[in-house]
Amino acid sequence: MADTLLEIKNLRIEATVYAPGEKPRDVVIVDDVSLTLERGKVMGLIGESGAGKSTIGLSALSYGRGGIRLSGGNILLNGREIRAASAATLRGLRGKEVTYVAQSAAAAFNPAKRLMEQVTEATLHHGLMSKDEAEKRAVELFRTLSLPDPENFGKRYPHQVSGGQLQRAMTAMALCPKPDLVIFDEPTTALDVTTQIDVLAAIKTAIAETGVAALYITHDLAVVAQVSDEIMVLRHGKMVEHGTVQQIIEAPREEYTQALISVRSIDHQQKQPTPEPLLRVEGVSARYGAMAKDVLSDVSVELHPGQTLALVGESGSGKSTMARVITGLLPPRKGTITFDGRPLPPALKQRSRDELRELQMIYQMADVAMNPRQTVATIIGRPLEFYFGLRGRKRDERVQELLDAIELGKGFADRYPAELSGGQKQRVCIARALAAKPKLIICDEVTSALDPLVADGILKLLLDLQSREGVAYLFITHDIATVRAIADSIAVMYRGQVQRYGPKDQVLAPPFDAYTDLLLSSVPEMELGWLEKVLAHRRMTSAGN
Amino acid sequence: MHPIPKLVIQRLALGLLLLFAASVMIFVGTMILPGDVAQAVLGQNATPEALANMRASLGLDQPAVTRYFTWLSSALQGDLGTALSNGRDIASSIAGRLQNTLFLAAVAACISVPLAIFLGLLAVRYRDRWPDKLISAITLTSISLPEFLLGYVIMYLFSVQWGLFPSVSNINDGMSFLQKLNAVALPAMVLTLVVLAHMMRMTRAAILNVMQSAYIETAELKGLRRFTLIARHAMPNAIAPIVNVVMINLAYLVVGVVVIEVVFVYPGMGQYLVDHVAKRDVPVVQACGLIFATIYIGLNLLADLISILSNPRLRHPK
Repeated sequence: MADTLLEIKNLRIEATVYAPGEKPRDVVIVDDVSLTLERGKVMGLIGESGAGKSTIGLSALSYGRGGIRLSGGNILLNGREIRAASAATLRGLRGKEVTYVAQSAAAAFNPAKRLMEQVTEATLHHGLMSKDEAEKRAVELFRTLSLPDPENFGKRYPHQVSGGQLQRAMTAMALCPKPDLVIFDEPTTALDVTTQIDVLAAIKTAIAETGVAALYITHDLAVVAQVSDEIMVLRHGKMVEHGTVQQIIEAPREEYTQALISVRSIDHQQKQPTPEPLLRVEGVSARYGAMAKDVLSDVSVELHPGQTLALVGESGSGKSTMARVITGLLPPRKGTITFDGRPLPPALKQRSRDELRELQMIYQMADVAMNPRQTVATIIGRPLEFYFGLRGRKRDERVQELLDAIELGKGFADRYPAELSGGQKQRVCIARALAAKPKLIICDEVTSALDPLVADGILKLLLDLQSREGVAYLFITHDIATVRAIADSIAVMYRGQVQRYGPKDQVLAPPFDAYTDLLLSSVPEMELGWLEKVLAHRRMTSAGN
Repeated sequence: MHPIPKLVIQRLALGLLLLFAASVMIFVGTMILPGDVAQAVLGQNATPEALANMRASLGLDQPAVTRYFTWLSSALQGDLGTALSNGRDIASSIAGRLQNTLFLAAVAACISVPLAIFLGLLAVRYRDRWPDKLISAITLTSISLPEFLLGYVIMYLFSVQWGLFPSVSNINDGMSFLQKLNAVALPAMVLTLVVLAHMMRMTRAAILNVMQSAYIETAELKGLRRFTLIARHAMPNAIAPIVNVVMINLAYLVVGVVVIEVVFVYPGMGQYLVDHVAKRDVPVVQACGLIFATIYIGLNLLADLISILSNPRLRHPK
């Protein structure tokens, strides 16, 4: 066991919760977790939100966010107990022996300082190298991580580089002091799928070249399968299963792991277009305020009643702007929108109450889309009063019907949003949209903030409601797997234009245009060696060109 | 175009416009004051002819707009007119007074600004622990006490009891810098206590706000010391709100020190202004008003410019 770098034994982590109106109480966040990481190895920690993955990751730095306490067990780093070590000891090892790569590099870099200063800061602070050496090493790392213009990259400020570049710069920052261990905390989750694959490849190369050990935290099993040697599956702060990557992917023992692997197995029959579309967007161009360029240019799509049109693309491709144009929040500069056979007035104010009612929206962030001081019954009851004038008993009965429709039981009517889980909140938002009896619901990234299993449940619910109520969905997403699961037709968007549009079977079948090919091939697959295969394929095609 | 010159020019133009508006308000404000200057100068027994002559010689028979522009253009050339009460040139009598006021303000600022920011940083470092609470308690007490009371208490202790500093802050051109410092020690101390709390609280609040950011955690996980982290990573991102409050307090040090000047018999602008308001000496009041407005607007303009320059997104556009 001479090679053991990190050994966590029976770790217990607690936090004090200050619920309003109640006495503060302690909750257990991580319970009896043990792991051993050898030098130079990569272990993936995987689980849903709340599984305690990040908390365990940070415990390797003996750090607890907010009021979190590492209350029991042992954390041995390089053979030394660090769980209850003094502040001075911890300062000595943080940034030197163990470093951290955060999920959102955009927030984790200080906006007031140049990248080079931040990348080399820990190295210089611990006196590991001279300033020249540290900067030379940083430039080398920039090169390894294939950042553009590595000599001068460090002279920039964080806002001057893209999100994917920042994430790689954060990796360089973590590797610069030559640590023994790097904690990667969801390093690619906030990135577009086409960017994620580059960052993933860069991280993998950097780990291989520096021989550093890593804890790789993510909720995406397909991603972790590409970079790790071992995987630990966590749920509710406890270990579910631990094994080599191959064993976990190919022969998972536990039911929960099996569910994680077989997620997105929805079988959806593509529907044929009807003679008359419900929504017709023709030649729409739009821009915000005095911007010089259009955010949407000349977009035309159709959506048939009772069907789903998926708008796919990376951030900045104009998907959400499309939703704003259709709902009337952003009147288009050019083009027309026809809804149910009649032209829809461009601006929200000009629309009749019925036109408003027939077009509802569900948002990505369910928790900020609801008034935290209203109960579920008030939230769902509001459209019933507003559109149908329902009051008293009638309203309550309809609320209960809707709650049944979204598979939430009786007790939920009197709850506040804070008392619901993420998936339940999104269900309430769905019920609120349904309450208006709309013909079209715009779903803006409604499953992006949810864990895979929960997201699956939401998608199944949406499909079920579609077949019962005949409502059409305009489904905005960046996730190809979601699109495969629910769409009847697809519009691939890129820089404000529709790149590829048609029925699902045609859009997802070759021959592809270059962008669609890039997009589709970037989606991680639950398969060992997938990353290498895609990269090799890309090198070949670019060499062929 | 680079956004900085554009923003700077915009702010400067805005400042000038504001100054112009302030000068109009000062002029109109002094016009609607009750009383007749000619009557005030010549007394109750003056004949109507004498009054008319007086008005003509003062230019008071001209329309208000003409008088305003005459006044403004000569003020821009440094001619603030002559005082009605004693016939002296206002510009030359104000010069010395203004210098004294600025000197006192500068001494108070040199002590209070660094002290306030340091105490603010310290309060963040020991947040919710006893040093934080002690700093808050002391500064809040000092801001809650009326200035004159604070002035007399300090005078009693430092001058009467312990005899460390003079109780009357007389200064003149013949004194050396150190002698001058000694003379203004007590009023500077009182002013420091008056403005300290506001700046300290703002520094603390602005930095605590930044301390929530993810990049503070990043810095902490690099093994940085707490104070280094606050000063190096949090402070640069909290400059804008801090500078704004600092400038408001600096402006107060210049334009709001009447009470302290009276308490310590200090020959500054405030006393000069109050004396001449009592004598209905309109040109002096106008001149003082104009100078105070310039200083106030100038300092706030400076705060704006520093805020703009402290924003890396503006300094280094994409």
